[in-house]
Amino acid sequence: MDPMTDRLPATADVVVIGAGVVGAACALAAAQAGLRVAVVDRGPITGGTTGAGEGNLLVSDKGPGPELDLALHSRARWIALAESTLDGDVELETKGGLVVAATPGDLAALRAFSRDQRGAGVEAVDLPAESLRDHEPHLAGGLAGGVSYPQDAQVQPMVATAYLLRAARRLGATVHTGVSVTGLPHGVVQTSRGRIATPAVVNAAGTWAGDVARLAGVELPIQPRRGFILVTEPLPPMIRHKVYAASYVANVASGESDLQTSPVVEGTRSGTVLIGSSRERVGYDRTFSLPVLRRLAAEAVALFPFLSAVRVIRSYRGFRPYSPDHLPVIGPDPRAPGLLHACGHEGAGIGLAPATADLVAAALTGAEPPLDPAPFRPDRFVDVRGEHV
Amino acid sequence: MSELFFDGRPVPVEPDQTVAAALWRAGVRSWRTTRRAEAPRGLFCGIGACHDCLVTVDGSAGERACVTPARPGSVVSATAPSTVDPPAKGQRAARGRFDVAVVGAGPAGLAAAATAALGGGRVALVDASPRVGGQYWRHRSDGPAQDRAVFEGLKSIVEERVEHIADATVWFAEPGFVLHTTAGTVSADRIVLATGAYDRALPFPGWDLPGVVTPGAAQALLKGSGVVIGREVVVAGAGPFLLPVAVGLAEAGARVVEVVEAGQPTAYLRQPGHLLGAVGKLGEAGRYAAALARRRIPYHVGHAVVAARGGPDGVSEVDIARLSDGSVRTVRCDAVAVGYGFTANLELALLLGCGSRRAVDGGLAVLADDDGQTTVPGVFAAGEVTGVGGSTLAVVEGEIAGSAAAGGVLSTRELRQLRRRRDRLRAFADAMHAAHPVPAGWMSWLDQSTLVCRCEEVPLRDVERAVQELGATDARTVKLLARPGMGWCQGRVCGYPTAELAAHLCGRRSTREDHAAFAHRPFAAAIRLSDLAGD
Repeated sequence: MDPMTDRLPATADVVVIGAGVVGAACALAAAQAGLRVAVVDRGPITGGTTGAGEGNLLVSDKGPGPELDLALHSRARWIALAESTLDGDVELETKGGLVVAATPGDLAALRAFSRDQRGAGVEAVDLPAESLRDHEPHLAGGLAGGVSYPQDAQVQPMVATAYLLRAARRLGATVHTGVSVTGLPHGVVQTSRGRIATPAVVNAAGTWAGDVARLAGVELPIQPRRGFILVTEPLPPMIRHKVYAASYVANVASGESDLQTSPVVEGTRSGTVLIGSSRERVGYDRTFSLPVLRRLAAEAVALFPFLSAVRVIRSYRGFRPYSPDHLPVIGPDPRAPGLLHACGHEGAGIGLAPATADLVAAALTGAEPPLDPAPFRPDRFVDVRGEHV
Repeated sequence: MSELFFDGRPVPVEPDQTVAAALWRAGVRSWRTTRRAEAPRGLFCGIGACHDCLVTVDGSAGERACVTPARPGSVVSATAPSTVDPPAKGQRAARGRFDVAVVGAGPAGLAAAATAALGGGRVALVDASPRVGGQYWRHRSDGPAQDRAVFEGLKSIVEERVEHIADATVWFAEPGFVLHTTAGTVSADRIVLATGAYDRALPFPGWDLPGVVTPGAAQALLKGSGVVIGREVVVAGAGPFLLPVAVGLAEAGARVVEVVEAGQPTAYLRQPGHLLGAVGKLGEAGRYAAALARRRIPYHVGHAVVAARGGPDGVSEVDIARLSDGSVRTVRCDAVAVGYGFTANLELALLLGCGSRRAVDGGLAVLADDDGQTTVPGVFAAGEVTGVGGSTLAVVEGEIAGSAAAGGVLSTRELRQLRRRRDRLRAFADAMHAAHPVPAGWMSWLDQSTLVCRCEEVPLRDVERAVQELGATDARTVKLLARPGMGWCQGRVCGYPTAELAAHLCGRRSTREDHAAFAHRPFAAAIRLSDLAGD
């Protein structure tokens, strides 16, 4: 059996904190670079935000800029991982996204957005209202139009994470679940089950990354942004793409702490339809909020009227690792030598994990990074006076 | 004669029958095929938990045939996804504000509602069925007369003083408290959860064949709809409930091939302290045992059904193993009723944040204090949800919780007596569980392709892979990686075995958390998006 929860190694070249998708991708990239890797997580693998994700590999919701560049690179990396590196089915589906606009005003804004995206290398096809149902036969009538994004894709995030970790283990990495990190003095990771001496620590603790950073004496302004998903009964294939309303992009980009919802609807290979999305900053409140669930249901039915007769069998919630400028935090932290971050991906962590891992591996080995890491630098939230902005 | 139409063919319908009973009576033992293997499925749990019996009724897909009344003229079909909106059911209608709302109208709930109402406050009794009685008293008037008298007594108080909110499946509960049901919303200052239990099933090769059902399904079909599950029936599993099921089937004309009991039921006879406290229960068991003997029905203890075989029409034979040495013999039959105790319905308690514990039978139970109050102030629990213990205990717990929820209806002396009686009955129930444990070797009955999760068709192989190859270290991660418990029934059926398997494969004993991973359900029942969305 693979080494899963054996005794901690005394030393490692790098310790990855967090066995979610980002930690798993970082572990694999570091192991592929020849480093001795230990992954620790206080819970089981894929137990945090990854286990509550839909598995989006989206380019459609990103305007030109560093996150889109990261997403495009990452998408290619996911396809390569799924096709060659990972020895297992991560349920990669290049099903494409469809963004629809309800009003002419929304459509004009969406078209302007897609035009800019095309300029940045995104495949985006403007669709008139009359051809929307050629793409999605069960869409509501009366929509103003939409944009098709063939590059949008999906993986099963939990299974994908497990396969990333397995690939890392086959290269010698060890994975230790149920291990809490209790201290990060320079060169050492102190845990509830002993110490690991290591020159490098990767903070891939997702929404909880601020707590890990604090152990090393630095602040990271990562906060939980709660989201709910409704899961329907399994159906025959009715929805082909990931379909969402143009308002979603504005909501993702917003910094509001109050509740925001916008319909995101997609079918999965298992037959269920997943319905999102909500965003609210309410700390780690795990209560299922009926008003939010009701809004998700109403918005989904408005987009796909056939859903009104379909049953919801389940709901789940997760806490996205929100960062104030909506960009992930990736790379060495100049304030704490030896500490690297790979966190703050908000709702895009599944999609951005492989590219994040490439940046981390490049930083660990001194190799040339595949893209400019500057926009993601961890100390960007600190102003010239050393205070958080 | 009145009839419904199943895939175009007329099927006779009798009053008070469910769709499942009408189909079964007409010789239809499966009415859908699974999505992956296209395997035939029909009745399994018989009381609305497992969702195996889904059927389309009058254009509404995903209806549970076992709890849907058969109406003359109904058009029933196997598949066909629903595109017809069902008539609005007034989901959002306010049904009033109450001092106490009791959920579940079985023995515990009836007792709680009746006792609370004697205090003079406004009491609601919310239940999914059209009539009170629950699983235990739902059925046609038979059973021990003494028992019947308790039922009639509670029922008459409830009819007089309690607002019975029928056909109301609670699908969500909010603090404060608001119960969202399929018959409107019910608000209450305090609630009593008496949500009962359903049969606990263990997987074995062939357990998904049509004709393999739980004892509760055989009982519900017989007592609720007057339909006998088969001509030659093997009744199997563990626990005293097998006896009345076998006797009932025999009295209704089935040949009960044998009763196969995994436990050693005489074990509790060696515990005289408990015996003294529950002579009534023992007398009942003795009467059933005598009835079995009279009919020359073999009763094999220390044995278990370990495999079933058959064709598309259903089961035709089972393998019965002697657990001491593993020796197997094959027995022909056309139905098997098999179950190993019960699983309590905990979703509402967990949704409201109530603490839970592992009970003596290995299942989850709500933590409750001496008044039946859970760890959430204002939320009380009674009956099987506090630990499976049978109807007599449930009534006593219901009285205690109902009194406390209504602010203290019973006198100190009455309460003292009730608590003493409760403790005796609980000790007796614990001794029963010890005599009828889940057989230790059940995991060895499974082969790699045996389904662990019936809904999502997850075989043992996938559960093993989740642990051994993918690195799951607990039941929740197994669920995330292999999908057991993700389907229609939301782990109601596969939860217990999957939690046990996951822990076993991880080389440890199962924990409360392993089991809770399958018991947390944000929606206590499936709900249509239109009903969730509201107006």
